[in-house]
Amino acid sequence: MERIPILRIGRLLLVTIQVDMHDRLAMTLQDDLTTRIVKDRATGVLIDISALDIVDSFIGRMISNTAAMARVLDARTVLVGMQPAVAITLVELGLTLEGVKTALNVERGLALLEREEE
Amino acid sequence: MSLADGAVISVLLITDEDVVRARKVVRDELAALKFSMIEQTKMVTAASELARNTLRYGGGGRAEIEHVTGNGKAGLRVSFIDDGPGIADHELALTDGWTSGGGMGLGLSGARRLSDEFELDSAPGKGTTVTIIKWKAF
Repeated sequence: MERIPILRIGRLLLVTIQVDMHDRLAMTLQDDLTTRIVKDRATGVLIDISALDIVDSFIGRMISNTAAMARVLDARTVLVGMQPAVAITLVELGLTLEGVKTALNVERGLALLEREEE
Repeated sequence: MSLADGAVISVLLITDEDVVRARKVVRDELAALKFSMIEQTKMVTAASELARNTLRYGGGGRAEIEHVTGNGKAGLRVSFIDDGPGIADHELALTDGWTSGGGMGLGLSGARRLSDEFELDSAPGKGTTVTIIKWKAF
């Protein structure tokens, strides 16, 4: 079964989504991330969507749910690299990614997560 | 890929992967018509929402994509067609946040906001056809 790879850097998990995900794949990612947060005792999750040229309500909900589950497990989630057209569309769609912090890129996202730790 | 006048691309919507395929076809046609990145993204997102609805609530169906012209403008029209249960209360279905299936309830209303023209043709027992159009100035 296809899966999106999740990397671990210390106590942080990093996911770079580089494919146009179908719904099942998105749900698998949500489950995998939650499982890994527990297994690796992660304190932060960084989701890189710089390669995504569309984020619709299903993907948006997957991201919000992941952040909510991470929160319950005492981990913070940062979303990085949102394309401008995606940001504009999400606002018009009426989708607020609650509980999800955002950063411009991976570097700033990691810095944000490290600040949260202190 | 470039559509000849009057030609229609039909995409079956039966599996999750079909929704991804539909997004790609819509994206390609919008790019061929030289829509801006932002307009493309809005329309592809609308298409994704409606394709998913066809799959989840309509029991599967198809998308039909074609170039259109009107008032000196070029546009792309996409219809999402199913033979599913149909929608009884259109106004309710178009309310932000209302969902019959555990979703976010933004699909129909969102697609309407993201497109230039939106038409919902649906009744219980008669299936559903949702049509959206994005126009660009020549």
